[in-house]
Amino acid sequence: MPDLLTIDRLSKTFTISAGLFSQPLHLKALQDISFSVKQGETLGIVGESGCGKSTLGRCILQLLAPDEGRVLWLGEDIARLPDEAMRRKRQDLQIIFQDPLASLNPRLTVGEIIADPLRTLMPQLKSAERRQRVLRMMEAVGLLPEMINRYPHEFSGGQAQRIGIARALITEPKLIVCDEPVSALDVSVQAQILNLLADLKEQFGLTLIFISHNLSVVRHVSDRILVLYLGRMVELADGDELYEDPKHPYTRALLTAVPIPDPVRARQRNIDALVGEIPSPINPPSGCPFRTRCRYEIGLCAEQRPPLENAGGERLVACHRWRELGLEGGA
Amino acid sequence: MTNVLSVEDLEVTFALHESEVRAVNDLSFTLRQGETLAVVGESGSGKSQAFLAIMGLLAQNGRATGRALLGDVDLLNMPAGRLDAYRGRDIAMIFQDPMTSLNPSLRVRTQLSEVLVRHQGIEQEQATREAVAMLERVGIPEPAKRANAYPHELSGGMRQRVMIAMALLCKPKILIADEPTTALDVTVQAQMLDLFKNLTRDFGTALVMITHDLGVVAGLADRMMVMYGGRAVEKGTVDQLFYKPRHPYTLGLLHSTPHVAVRAKRLDPIQGLPPSLERLPTGCAFHPRCAFRFERCFAERPPLLDAGDGRLKACWYEGPLDYEEVA
Repeated sequence: MPDLLTIDRLSKTFTISAGLFSQPLHLKALQDISFSVKQGETLGIVGESGCGKSTLGRCILQLLAPDEGRVLWLGEDIARLPDEAMRRKRQDLQIIFQDPLASLNPRLTVGEIIADPLRTLMPQLKSAERRQRVLRMMEAVGLLPEMINRYPHEFSGGQAQRIGIARALITEPKLIVCDEPVSALDVSVQAQILNLLADLKEQFGLTLIFISHNLSVVRHVSDRILVLYLGRMVELADGDELYEDPKHPYTRALLTAVPIPDPVRARQRNIDALVGEIPSPINPPSGCPFRTRCRYEIGLCAEQRPPLENAGGERLVACHRWRELGLEGGA
Repeated sequence: MTNVLSVEDLEVTFALHESEVRAVNDLSFTLRQGETLAVVGESGSGKSQAFLAIMGLLAQNGRATGRALLGDVDLLNMPAGRLDAYRGRDIAMIFQDPMTSLNPSLRVRTQLSEVLVRHQGIEQEQATREAVAMLERVGIPEPAKRANAYPHELSGGMRQRVMIAMALLCKPKILIADEPTTALDVTVQAQMLDLFKNLTRDFGTALVMITHDLGVVAGLADRMMVMYGGRAVEKGTVDQLFYKPRHPYTLGLLHSTPHVAVRAKRLDPIQGLPPSLERLPTGCAFHPRCAFRFERCFAERPPLLDAGDGRLKACWYEGPLDYEEVA
């Protein structure tokens, strides 16, 4: 399958004011990120707070401009496109956000919200045609036609997320970045939205980038999974491979920390909790960013950052010791 | 085992402009010494309001009736002033966002030692020593140094540990934790769940874990109460409810929860949305979303009745639920 999107050595640094008379601080949100997304797949991006997963989603859509690196969309670098050209590109690339209500304009009706991208991207459409498209999209996401004139505050979180999805789909995009799309929803509604995304993906032939801190959810939806830690790639692998045989100590630790909804297994499991918390991305550790919490740390880890190495097939892992650790068997 | 808390017929209502909304109805349960009880439900299920009522922390327009017996003391029917003698000493509560519960302008050590000075009348110096010891006990590195910090100087996980330390200072009989790990990263969540397990064992504290996350419940709780639309719909041991749910809503929650070790083709969610408390459906509040409903469910509300093996359920349907392997 061809690559739809290629991220090439992307970096993003934020400058934070530390007060009037202090030197500004630099927060390296993303460093040296490279991967490709294939046509029709779902790529999951997981990591904890401060790993850069949301920044990455926004850099892909050029909602944030990356400092370095390229974002190749069908071979064309969109990171340097003029605003107007980028706006047109957004017909193909859309995004769904975590807080569905906050991302909908409270003064517009549902119909106007969903039609909004069409006004900018397909101004040639007549209003009757536009309405037809909106209604078709509402049906696809499970909203009733009579809801078209209602306002966002009349909707629950799950329904608001359906509106957000309809708005993203209306331009018939090729790729949708889903940034924590179900984190704010009740469990029963979360499952409905996950199923809806799966159905829509099939129906419209979509490619998805699914960003979440919830490993169970990412596992459920993704073909391949990228794990980030403090702005760097630590592992990229096929979903089943990653969950069955994680190579990076951080991936292992993340997986063993996920609560299992099964009492007997949960009790038997020895939660081998990671010690400590994520270091500040303003002042990340030298060498391997994970070393301060890693039980396998050796002297080399502080001196040299482990390169991202090929671990068979298309697997990538950034750890000095992944070969020897792999011999001990999976987590 | 003895009961440390018996709640009987708890009702919580909120006065709105021209109407009244009932957040909790007819809730009765007991909490045994040293056990962990999970209270599970989605938004609007009444799970948080029930325990805020017991703690005397309802919003201004809220009112609670019924009884909440801590030994022979009824927490629901006493003047607010007297409640302070029990809150923090015998029964303590922690919340999802520790920043809203900590005073931003006081050092951690001041906030902690105040609890001891107030409830146990010990002098400041010793109170501070005990506070620092408790910070160490809940896994805060360099506790003496951290005790001097202000809340904003600590990370989310550290603040939650400070809250737990504060709640446990008087070695309460009961600790109520409302979604204590929801805002935390998964590796920190795992540390906290471990901490809860150790602390309840070491102090003999009974823990109420209010959560929507069945994964959190499975490894931690002994018993579990599922709430829907302001009522308890099923109660039993964790194993009973996970492996043989008898209420369709419990089954639906389990089917909706993705499992990290299994990549299912599709989740099997509950249709529809949780109900609004202002417009609860007639009969069984769950009937509009239930796959097993029949005529009776539309008209009559099922009472919470014995379903064998010491478990309770509120459902008219007696046939087998489709027990697909959930786990």
